[in-house]
Amino acid sequence: MVAVTLWGTMRQYANDQEKVEVQAATFKELCDALIRDYPGMQPQIERGVSLAIDGRIYKEAWFTPISADSEVVLMPFMQGG
Amino acid sequence: MKNTHIATKVNGDSVEFTCEPDETLLEVLRNRLGLTGTKEGCGTGDCGACSVLVNGRLVCSCLVLAVETQGAEVSTIEGMASGDGLHILQQTFIDHAALQCGICTPGILVAAKALLDKNPSPTESELRFWLAGNLCRCTGYDKIINAVQAAAEKMRAA
Amino acid sequence: MNDVSKIRKFKQVGTRPARPDGDDKVTGRALYGADTVAPGMLMAAVLRSPHAHAQIVSIDISAALAHDGVKAVVTGADLVAQSEGSLRDIQENCLATTRVLYDGHAVAAVAALTLKAAQEALKLIKVEYSALPHVIEVDDAMRADAPIVQSGRALENVPAGFSQNVTYHCQFGHGDLDVGFALADEIVTRSFKTAATHQGYIEPHACLAQMTTDGKAELWCCTQGQYNVRDICSALLGLEGSQLRVTASEIGGGFGGKTNVFIEPLALALSRKSGRPVKLVMSRSEVFRATGPTVSSSIDVKIGMTRDGRITAGRAELRYSGGAFPNETVSMGAQSAFAAYDMAAVETLGWNVLTNRPKEAAYRAPGAPMAIYAVESVVDELAQILNLDPIDVRLKNAARKGTKSSYGPTFDDVGLVATLEAAKAHPHYQAPLGPNQGRGLSAGFWFNFGGNTCVSLNVNTDGTISVIEGNPDIGGSRASISLMAAEELGVPYEKIRTIIADTASLGHNDITDGSRVTFSVGLATIKAAQDAIQKMCGRAAQIWGIDADAVTWEDGAAVPAGENAGKFPPLSLAEIAAVSFETGGPIAGHFEVNADGAGVSFGVHLCDAEVDHETGATKILRYTVFQDAGRAVHPSYVEGQMQGGAAQGIGWALNEEYIYGKDGRLQNSGFLDYRIPVASDLPRIDTVILEIPNPGHPYGVRGVGETPIVPPLGAVSNAVSRAIGKRLSQLPMSPPRILQAILKG
Repeated sequence: MVAVTLWGTMRQYANDQEKVEVQAATFKELCDALIRDYPGMQPQIERGVSLAIDGRIYKEAWFTPISADSEVVLMPFMQGG
Repeated sequence: MKNTHIATKVNGDSVEFTCEPDETLLEVLRNRLGLTGTKEGCGTGDCGACSVLVNGRLVCSCLVLAVETQGAEVSTIEGMASGDGLHILQQTFIDHAALQCGICTPGILVAAKALLDKNPSPTESELRFWLAGNLCRCTGYDKIINAVQAAAEKMRAA
Repeated sequence: MNDVSKIRKFKQVGTRPARPDGDDKVTGRALYGADTVAPGMLMAAVLRSPHAHAQIVSIDISAALAHDGVKAVVTGADLVAQSEGSLRDIQENCLATTRVLYDGHAVAAVAALTLKAAQEALKLIKVEYSALPHVIEVDDAMRADAPIVQSGRALENVPAGFSQNVTYHCQFGHGDLDVGFALADEIVTRSFKTAATHQGYIEPHACLAQMTTDGKAELWCCTQGQYNVRDICSALLGLEGSQLRVTASEIGGGFGGKTNVFIEPLALALSRKSGRPVKLVMSRSEVFRATGPTVSSSIDVKIGMTRDGRITAGRAELRYSGGAFPNETVSMGAQSAFAAYDMAAVETLGWNVLTNRPKEAAYRAPGAPMAIYAVESVVDELAQILNLDPIDVRLKNAARKGTKSSYGPTFDDVGLVATLEAAKAHPHYQAPLGPNQGRGLSAGFWFNFGGNTCVSLNVNTDGTISVIEGNPDIGGSRASISLMAAEELGVPYEKIRTIIADTASLGHNDITDGSRVTFSVGLATIKAAQDAIQKMCGRAAQIWGIDADAVTWEDGAAVPAGENAGKFPPLSLAEIAAVSFETGGPIAGHFEVNADGAGVSFGVHLCDAEVDHETGATKILRYTVFQDAGRAVHPSYVEGQMQGGAAQGIGWALNEEYIYGKDGRLQNSGFLDYRIPVASDLPRIDTVILEIPNPGHPYGVRGVGETPIVPPLGAVSNAVSRAIGKRLSQLPMSPPRILQAILKG
């Protein structure tokens, strides 16, 4: 199980919890698990999210491994210019 | 409008072209003479990217009618280097990284050369005010100032 | 990844060789977007809405088509209708179909034998408009009774009860704000407004499109991302990506504003219809009216601080408008607002609101400058009230390794403390100030990106190297890429030639944005070089008749790896290359990646300003930029980014703004009245580069391009506020505004 920190406006889809636990070992598994467990998150996740794993931001790489004791933070999809 | 025939000199070469009376020198240089080194940044004389010399005078070529160059001498960026050697100013711009995107560079080089030709030792303030008509969005002007001052020193020593 | 804690001694990285495109650019030879021609070329012009908001009742192009010299006319109906989403928005922005949403919104385009004929034909296009009420200011557009710009665009995260103009809402933070504010000795609450600004690149958008009757197309354009242009234009023209080859010209500035598509689909559509090449160049006025300025903003900030300078709680509410089409830039602002600080309690809320303004595009750290400006202004005000040293206050609260950031993740090694300490120790900070002068500082931050990158590296038989990458060079990156290739291969910089490929010649590369090129393309180049090295070692092994893993690479040559491998003199890259045909064929390395691990970049700016109390004019006396670059590959170009970003930020703080009339039309669509800094406005911009290596890059590189535009807004505002003894809270701080503040007594 991986603990995921949610940003403010995502918490409403998880009973206002700041952190949730999901079964996942990779970026994609985590996104799929969040959609499965908290369907309200689906539109945002489908639009795109990034993950910060142990302080490093991963934009969209599905097979990025996540270990059970990693700090995982869900973030909006990064955009720049 | 009826086209006019113009005979002029560009970078020392005799050149003839026809143009409409309301065509600017910038348009003729770029579209009729194939000299695209002079750039259009605004078309209204505010940015200096189109700077050239006409009879030794620094002007925005977007504000000069092409017909005004009849019998005149026009100097553009293409005439700055000679043969296979860059002008000192061009070299110092490269040495001092005084350009990033480079779009303003031809206009600034023409303007800087015009200044150094009449004032070989400008102060930094004189240089900044002289170049106030040439907009640069990339560099913050710092390395441009360094490059022109370095060129001025080399040109004084030559 | 390499262990960057071992200080590697670089031989070429960190030096300042001449850039490869230098000669071309100082002689005028370099070809930018408007500098090419094609046989039979037509010139195009675009008809744009004179209304801020109107229904298009009808468009009659018949008279225009019949005009002498006109070969084609296109309207919105000529682009392939996209289903909803961002592609649909781009399509509508390129050519309006049912409604025009801002002054300058394109409705039709003409291609003719001459530009003059095309412009005359524009006047013959009859468009019947039915004007609609418009809304320009972000706070006005949020009201329940505001004119609706687009309906049905609100995302699921917008709570019920808001105007349909509110399309996006986000919230970040942690901790208990009530507890935090209760602990404060001093609390400041302030509201701020910033105007929309433009990237101000000196080169207007320009392109040359050629579609042939077999459905293939070539497009030459100035862009930060030729692959992005290809993908968007293919969709809008109904082409397969491989049928459209996009070549990026040299680019005359971008800063994020050339990451989008505005005129390219029009030129392609005109070329298809006319059967001839079509050149389309925007005028300066069109660039201001109809490309992508930044958001305008209205921001509320509340921060609590203890007597000795510790921030106990912080809250920011950001209302951004990015024009008539939805965007989520405010999420970047909301995440970055307090990023420089270690906050026990922090909350940021963001809203995006539609207005009848052009569709926003990125501008160097999009969303962050205005948010950080507001927060840094309040932090500075608190420091002033509590009579504390402004740098000490930042140091006391600075984010460092182990800090839980305001946007969620815990920071690894970041350079903020180092940049603050460098600023404190710098002579600038101790220099005395005279009357009417003030010193301001601001921290700044940007995330930086990695992204999809391909590099191909070919070893030529003469021992030279061709590096093929796919990212337009907007800041001198070809020099840095060449340096990294030279370093890794162990050959002189002069042996490397780096070129930027068109979309047909190399795999996909993400846009040149997000300060990603030196990081990602550099990483891919190093890996491609390592790939080539492995192959060259294999050739040497064959030549020597030993195992491949008995060969290693040193100083540009293959050498036996230790005593047991055998006594062979080194085989240089040039020697191996010279016999490549005989030893297996041409030698190349390549690398493809979606790079992650770009490190964040912190910066601190110090600004001394003097205000003329009679005119309200501000003179910047002294300016110093401190920034963490991770590893400065080519220090001159790192300095260039720092100086250029600072200059843009100074313009943003003091003069630049989009000015709208009551009719919703842009009033200052030219460089005369949209006043960017000129040479005589600025002092020397001193730079101090710090290097706290990024563990995510083989050489420790951090992106540097965007961070420098973030601190100037706060640094200049804080300097001016201290100079006049009054807090200013609106940008730009143009002379009339400063005078008003001075006179208000």
